[in-house]
Amino acid sequence: MGDGVPPTDDVTTPVVELIDIGKVYRNGELEVAALRSVSLRIDENEYVAIVGPSGSGKSTLMHILGCLDVPTSGTFRIIGHDAQSLDEGMLARIRNLLIGFVFQQFNLLAHMTALQNVALPLVYGGIDPEERRARALGALERVSLVDRAQHRPGELSGGQQQRVAVARALVTEPAVILADEPTGNLDSVAAAEVLALLEELNADGRTLVVITHERDVATRAHRVIEMRDGRVADSEDEGMGVVKSGGRR
Amino acid sequence: MDAVRSHRLRSSLTMLGILVGITAVVLTVGIGQGSSATVRDQINELGTNLLVVSPGSSTSSAGVRGGFGTVSTLTQADAAALTSRVTAPDVAAVSPVSTTSAELVNPTTGANWTTTLTGTTPNWQTTRSRDAQQGRFITAKDERNAAPVVVLGPETVTQLFGSTDPIGNYVTYNGVKLQVVGVLQSLSSAEQAASNDLAVVPLSTYGQRLVGGTSRNSVSSIYVKATSSDTLSTAYQETNALLLNTHHITSASNADFSIATQQSILAASNTVDNTLTVMLAGIAVISLLVGGIGVMNIMLVSVSERIREIGVRKAIGAAPSVIRRQFLVEASILGLAGGLLGVVLGILGAILIPQFGSQRVILSVPASIGAIVIGVGIGVVFGVYPASRAARLAPIDALRSE
Repeated sequence: MGDGVPPTDDVTTPVVELIDIGKVYRNGELEVAALRSVSLRIDENEYVAIVGPSGSGKSTLMHILGCLDVPTSGTFRIIGHDAQSLDEGMLARIRNLLIGFVFQQFNLLAHMTALQNVALPLVYGGIDPEERRARALGALERVSLVDRAQHRPGELSGGQQQRVAVARALVTEPAVILADEPTGNLDSVAAAEVLALLEELNADGRTLVVITHERDVATRAHRVIEMRDGRVADSEDEGMGVVKSGGRR
Repeated sequence: MDAVRSHRLRSSLTMLGILVGITAVVLTVGIGQGSSATVRDQINELGTNLLVVSPGSSTSSAGVRGGFGTVSTLTQADAAALTSRVTAPDVAAVSPVSTTSAELVNPTTGANWTTTLTGTTPNWQTTRSRDAQQGRFITAKDERNAAPVVVLGPETVTQLFGSTDPIGNYVTYNGVKLQVVGVLQSLSSAEQAASNDLAVVPLSTYGQRLVGGTSRNSVSSIYVKATSSDTLSTAYQETNALLLNTHHITSASNADFSIATQQSILAASNTVDNTLTVMLAGIAVISLLVGGIGVMNIMLVSVSERIREIGVRKAIGAAPSVIRRQFLVEASILGLAGGLLGVVLGILGAILIPQFGSQRVILSVPASIGAIVIGVGIGVVFGVYPASRAARLAPIDALRSE
């Protein structure tokens, strides 16, 4: 996976592990506890859906999982690395190498072509231009958008934009793909396409965490984590072919 | 780079701030150098290796001291004494000069023109390094005979004769007819009207026929030319000693004359030039500062406008240092572009300004390169704060915006 953040071959190490995580937002005098004592473990190749009403803390949980935010208390480990002990630069490196993000708003850079957008994580990973191009094209091929490589996001449909975003998430071969309402802005056809793509990546061995409020999206996951009032309400086993952890379909 | 391009109007307005500052710097230096070059030329036009003896403060027999120029203490006898090979071996040529403002009339056309009437000896040509472009200069014979002849400056000719040939024609001064025998060569770089607008007559003619008066033997100044630039200082000492002696003055501090060298005149004018340059440079520095604040302002706007972009970049793995570098590069590109365009505009100004006035502008390559470096420097210095603000943004806050 590259230097700096060595991957671990230890199969018993969970991909992410949260122990008694708390997150408090301070807004002047007001303290808002977004997460209270959340403990959670997601193993390799799991397909987890995080559900819950808005304000339940699922977005905060997602941000902590993605190393975009640090918890106020508790221990968070990603592939054995203790996130609290890392500085911004190291966290950036972990985001770059171990995590692939897919956002509801796509979050592609408007002034760059699809290819440049997909290649951007490799730029920050210090990959040389030739390899960057080859790998970005490979990722675009994965999402069947090679013919749109030179288009800017504004020239693509919502579904296509989200597929470019998926290509960007997978181009670094990350261990985890975090998808925050990936289908929230898409029509049902495009949503199905994107979801199928994400599940394909999971089938290839990547851990997939999807945050959603859509029940039918959640039911396709191997495990559903329901958030309520900043706590994990329940780990329900739903849908067909449920495997508890380290699962295969 | 993309950001600079995608916000063309904003970027160019930002650049404008730096551009104006850099242009000011380039032109300030150019005008400063142009002015000193002009002064240098003007002083060289006086003639090379030249000493100018002027009447100075005097002490009357009653012990009353007067200021400079209150009494004309220099005489033709002083000038004659300075020609001595024995007491002043390093003096090559001496020309006493008397001047007055005079209205000359062309009796044929009735054209009149007020110019500087200069009475001097044929040696004036040597001390002042001037040639006649037409006809001849005054001769020793003219001087002996107090001949009614005049040599005119080219500008004076234009004013009195227009395009007709003046040689052999006459001008009158106070009813005295003077025959034009020559026209002085025009001095190319002379902005000083005095160099090209004058009328030269023999000193004897000046004293006996034209101005006369009680002080007909006194002169306004004496030009002394040293044999070479190496002997200039010894010529200075010889002149000083000789004049003190002929004026019977024992203490040099009581001297009733003063001797100026080209260097001393140059130094005086350089002081004026430097004051001007410092003032202009101050203005340039202020405009650069304003330009820099403009860069900072725009970069801060850019940071808050692109807060989401920064968040995305951070989410996909851009370290704070990378974000900081990105904004610094953008700021320095603005600075570099402003600097380059400023130098271009400065060059344009250097070409245009001399067309509208007599001001000379000399462009300096080191100053131009320095200006570009300053432009980039301003971009970096004033980009540091916005860049580190961008770098410090928490990715989550950045993503959450909008």
